[in-house]
Amino acid sequence: MTDTIEAAPPPRLDERVGRKSALARLFARPEAGALAGAIIIYVFFFAVAPPFRNASSFTSVLYVSSTYGLMAVPVSLLMIGGEFDLSAGVAVITSSLTASMFDYQLGTNVWVGVGVALLVSLGIGAFNGWLLVRTGLPSFLVTLGTFLILQGINLAVTKLVTGNVATDDISDMAGFSSAHAVFAADIDIAGTNVNVTVFWWIGFVALGTWILLRTKVGNWIFAVGGKQDSARAVGVPVRRSKIGLFMTVGFCAWFMGMHELFHFNTVQSGEGVGNELLYIVAAVVGGCLLTGGYGSVVGGAIGALIFGVVTQGVVYAGWNPDWFKAFVGVMLLLATLVNMWVRVQANRR
Amino acid sequence: MNADAPVVRLTDVGKRYGNILALSGVNLAVRQGEVTCILGDNGAGKSTLIKIIAGLHPHDEGSYAVDGKEVRFGSPREALDVGISTVYQDLALVPLMPVWRNFFLGSELTTGVWPVRRLDVARMRRVADEELRTMGIELPDIDAPVGNLSGGQMQVVAIARAIHFGARVLILDEPTAALGVKQSGVVLKYIAAARDAGLGVIFITHNPQHAFLVGNHFAVLHLGRMDLDARREELTLADLTRHMAGGAELAELETELREIAAPEIGVVSERANT
Repeated sequence: MTDTIEAAPPPRLDERVGRKSALARLFARPEAGALAGAIIIYVFFFAVAPPFRNASSFTSVLYVSSTYGLMAVPVSLLMIGGEFDLSAGVAVITSSLTASMFDYQLGTNVWVGVGVALLVSLGIGAFNGWLLVRTGLPSFLVTLGTFLILQGINLAVTKLVTGNVATDDISDMAGFSSAHAVFAADIDIAGTNVNVTVFWWIGFVALGTWILLRTKVGNWIFAVGGKQDSARAVGVPVRRSKIGLFMTVGFCAWFMGMHELFHFNTVQSGEGVGNELLYIVAAVVGGCLLTGGYGSVVGGAIGALIFGVVTQGVVYAGWNPDWFKAFVGVMLLLATLVNMWVRVQANRR
Repeated sequence: MNADAPVVRLTDVGKRYGNILALSGVNLAVRQGEVTCILGDNGAGKSTLIKIIAGLHPHDEGSYAVDGKEVRFGSPREALDVGISTVYQDLALVPLMPVWRNFFLGSELTTGVWPVRRLDVARMRRVADEELRTMGIELPDIDAPVGNLSGGQMQVVAIARAIHFGARVLILDEPTAALGVKQSGVVLKYIAAARDAGLGVIFITHNPQHAFLVGNHFAVLHLGRMDLDARREELTLADLTRHMAGGAELAELETELREIAAPEIGVVSERANT
């Protein structure tokens, strides 16, 4: 290798910087570690839990994964853009509660409530983003604030309006069946039922990936997360990018909220707490850098898939589901270490 | 050459931060095809001066004219629009992003109509590669994150980007400050190349040797005022170094140091005895 030093006559490229092999490039990708982890865990449960091998088990794994994954998409984008959203979990429930109570109390077509919930969710995202860029506070603090506010509002307003901790059943209201078809339908594929959220999830991941890698906005997301001051200096609209990212989280929280509502017909007002951390873990396990500027939407999706496999795997293996969170914690640490190690190796090669 | 009329002219420019006078009575003319060096110690007002020229802060006193027309910039974008581009000390590059993405950051090339308007990745990569090659920079991998490049290479990428996006005046904020000897040489070569391409270069540095290698015109700032404003023909490297080092002040310090040396030590030894 070092023999070529003399051979290059013009001031050519630095010979100390070699080209990387295709394998090294693959492993340098953000989601490589997570993909390896997902395969290992899948094979593990495939081996220890015989019921896990059924086709219907596979579709239920996909369904559970999609319920995490739909939110992991915007949370990954937000993390690449350098921020967190701790309010994402309860914001899903806020959206369901809004639609449900609006429809039931005013007796409107359910689609009206769906629209109102969309405005509320986008508003929450915009508020988070606006507060962040306006005050310059870390997103941890800003969204911790909105998390607590929403958690309180969810419980208090639901009790105030319905006199109960859950909303009333809206399944007999006008427009329910069409809304159910969009947000929560079961689709029959080769004899097994697949929930429509799986297809939405795949669609959102594809769209998110395209935006991140192939559009101007994607370039800006990497830049504001990687080095905000540099981004501003070359004319990237930093504030708009950040607010847009929080509103994307809002949009997906609305989508997920509508799924919950039309899947279960009623909403428990205390739900959603803790999910925001699972979304963040999915993104980190998927190789998104906690400090921003690096990661992928596909990585977040693989992180969500790992959750789906574990949640269902634990059930099919007949273990106590209480172990799930402990497993997530171990996964998080392992994935972070593997990602770090893989990246160091790939860059060293 | 049409270099006689200055592109950027500052007349009696001053700037206050609260009750601190950061800059006062600064006169400067930047011509195309010339390197104007701004030298000075830390806190001399170099940064304030370039922030005014670059549009980051407006000036409080005097006038600032571009092409003879008085201006007052509200943002760096406005300065960029009249062709004044700044390469900051920290480069305004994003370390984790590939070279080609950095090259076009903030001015991305796109193709297609709105819902499917996307980055023209092939063209962006090709143009970035071509532009860098024209400047004589060959990078092993245009997809490599910028953070993997050497300090000198990063400077040159940032300079190439500024030139590609139509800079007429290029402000370089201490481009050689953190670099080794060889890397500094690389950057100085591109400064000379930019000058020969007809750009007006404003080169901020506290290294008189580097300044003298490429400069046509030298301004030394001292405590917010112009200490020296001379063309290359009018001075030698030794003059410049002396001005830079504080000139008269340095001579004063020298004698002062010599005078206080003896009694000071005497006091210390007395104390040690008691």
